[in-house]
Amino acid sequence: MTVLLWGALPYIVFVLLVTGLLWRYHYDQFGWTTRSSEVYESKLLAVASPMFHYGILFVLAGHIMGLFVPASWTNALGLGEHAYHLLSLYGGGAAGLLAIAGILMLVYRRRTNAPVFRATTANDKLMYVFLLGAIAAGLVAKFTHSTPSHGYDYRTTIAPWARSLFTLSPDTALMAEAPLAYRVHAVIGMVLFALIPFTRLVHMFSAPLQYLFRPYIVYRARDPRRLGARPKEPRGWERVDT
Amino acid sequence: MRVMAQIAMVMNLDKCIGCHTCSVTCKETWTNRKGMEYVWFNNVETRPGQGYPRRYEDQEKWRGGWVLNKRGHLALKQGGRIRRLATIFSNPVLPTIKDYYEPWTYDYRDLTNAPLGDDFPVAAPRSLISGKPMKIEWSSNWDDDLGGAPEHGGSDPVVTKLRDEIGHRIAFAFEETFMFYLPRICEHCLNPACGASCPSGAIYKREEDGIVLVDQDRCRGWRQCVTGCPYKKVYFNHRTGKAEKCTLCYPRVEVGLPTVCSETCVGRLRYLGVVLYDADRVTAAASVPDEKDLYEAQLDCFLDPDDPEVARAAERDGVPHDWIEAARRSPVRALISTYRVALPLHPEYRTLPMVWYIPPLSPVVEALTETGFDGEDAGNLFGAIDALRIPLEYLAELFTAGDTRPVRASLERLAAMRAFMRDVNLGREPDTSGVLAAGLTPETTEDMYRLLAVAKYEDRYVIPTAAAGDARRLEESALPDECSLDQAGGPGAYEHGPFGDDSGRTSLPLVTLENFHLLSRRQRSDKQEDL
Ligand code: SF4
Ligand code: SF4
Repeated sequence: MTVLLWGALPYIVFVLLVTGLLWRYHYDQFGWTTRSSEVYESKLLAVASPMFHYGILFVLAGHIMGLFVPASWTNALGLGEHAYHLLSLYGGGAAGLLAIAGILMLVYRRRTNAPVFRATTANDKLMYVFLLGAIAAGLVAKFTHSTPSHGYDYRTTIAPWARSLFTLSPDTALMAEAPLAYRVHAVIGMVLFALIPFTRLVHMFSAPLQYLFRPYIVYRARDPRRLGARPKEPRGWERVDT
Repeated sequence: MRVMAQIAMVMNLDKCIGCHTCSVTCKETWTNRKGMEYVWFNNVETRPGQGYPRRYEDQEKWRGGWVLNKRGHLALKQGGRIRRLATIFSNPVLPTIKDYYEPWTYDYRDLTNAPLGDDFPVAAPRSLISGKPMKIEWSSNWDDDLGGAPEHGGSDPVVTKLRDEIGHRIAFAFEETFMFYLPRICEHCLNPACGASCPSGAIYKREEDGIVLVDQDRCRGWRQCVTGCPYKKVYFNHRTGKAEKCTLCYPRVEVGLPTVCSETCVGRLRYLGVVLYDADRVTAAASVPDEKDLYEAQLDCFLDPDDPEVARAAERDGVPHDWIEAARRSPVRALISTYRVALPLHPEYRTLPMVWYIPPLSPVVEALTETGFDGEDAGNLFGAIDALRIPLEYLAELFTAGDTRPVRASLERLAAMRAFMRDVNLGREPDTSGVLAAGLTPETTEDMYRLLAVAKYEDRYVIPTAAAGDARRLEESALPDECSLDQAGGPGAYEHGPFGDDSGRTSLPLVTLENFHLLSRRQRSDKQEDL
């Protein structure tokens, strides 16, 4: 079990994520969108959506820092163990709370606003379960294992394990020692990553940063191959709308 | 000089009877799908009126189009690039369905399934958005024919502006007011704000014909373009999560057929043709400091295809020869540049729109006739155009950023033409003074009359085909390598895509050359035996 969860699952997730993204990019450009529901309801969304998105972006930044920046580096920068812990607890906690408040409002909106609910697919619901689950489990893990003075130091167990994944020699024993709450959070999180290419979450990979650098007006020549009929391409994606 | 060609449109508002045929045929062709129920690529508004979506002209609220920033450079009114990326999670100025209108259908089943009783069963309206029973409160043309104008008329942004800035009150009492219809499609602007605000770069202007399109495969549903377009002519498909807009019926235009709205227009008031313009002058023209100069500045972008130097430059820049030929015969160029009767809609948005309008003379003629004067007499008309200041100022707010001179000049030319041609048709010695005063000659007046009043199909639509420039390339590419029925799905298979109807790819039917010619002959012929 230890090997399966901490030695095999990460790689399965990675393969699913990469091949899934490539597959979707190739076959489902048309389905690759945010599927925004803002035209149905905008008042609640205007508060909830930025809350969630900014929250989750900070959470992401925190995870990258916590997992992939070794403690020795932050120590070298003069950020001591305790200072780091406080940053992680208050900064990460605040971002997590922001994200979960945002997503709870979004779920509430989805459930109570008839047009938005009608536009919610089974795929969306599955995604919401894991997304909400991952955030909630993360917050539980953090808050049940920390006090302001002391907290569980995942930088001696989880982070080295995460980094050992890159050297293809996963140190599964490290993970087996981690508290249960952290392990649950990690598993839900990994499943969520595997789901990204197959749900609307895929829109995160089209964050339009290139917009900052391109000229305003785009000119394009007609594609001569598109003048006639376009061949039907085989699609690997089933219809999900109702 | 960098010469580019654009297929542009002119509408002669005097002839619009407000029948909405154009809207309906357009809808049947392009937006009769789930997710697009509320969308009208072509809509016809009664002016004065709020328009569709409601009060879309109020840019202080909707923040569409361009403005000049402090340094005098063009900037999107919505805000800069970083600011807009920062607010991408929820666009603060996106119109919601309610700003358009909530589309509905009726529960027709009730009519046949209701149990026998004393009351007549009714088909109750149901929302197409939520599926629930709803109260119909607004639509795309709720204030048609000034319906509800005493109550809503004041909400027309132009009326508000005239009242607040110029102090003119527009009367909505019957017998005191005026009205006309304004059919609108996407303007296929030279400086499209929709494309400029698209973070994904999915909206592009085609090099060959200037048509502005949304690449459905590249659009990621960020909804910025809906805000960016000041005419609110990009719509969000709420099933597929992608932006869609008027395509100027490019599959038809490519083979030389007019757009569906033009083809079916009952008033036969739409003109389509090529305009050559200098792409290097676009940005400068869009950034002239005074809004009132935008009309002239845009006119200066247009090039004269009869000028040999322009023709040479066009050839150099890859404009096919028959497109230059078509530009010479272009009715659109004639109405815009030669006769100068057509004007752009809201040039102050600085997008350099390419659907132009001939302002309506009829409110003036009507008002004149009602007072007992001869509404077709040049002298009377000239006087009335000025005397009826409110329509003139209203039209100027629509077409020339408030400058009444170009509108008056255009109306005077139309009035002069009317009076002159009436004399000609009645066999009287025509009085040329009016025509000359309006800057026309008897010959140009008759040409203009032929284009505006006789308006033959061939004269209204001068559309070079996409094929002519590179026929060989087209022939090779238009035919698939194998039979189009051999492919996945089999003959005629219609499938639903992953995110709603029409997602994924479907092959278009091939039209044989014979069918195409047959169709075009039928549509152009005047005689029974040609059919
Ligand atoms: S009118 Fe058309 S081309 Fe112009 S900004 Fe709007 S959508 Fe774009
Ligand atoms: S079909 Fe022609 S006449 Fe009728 S509303 Fe449309 S533009 Fe006007």
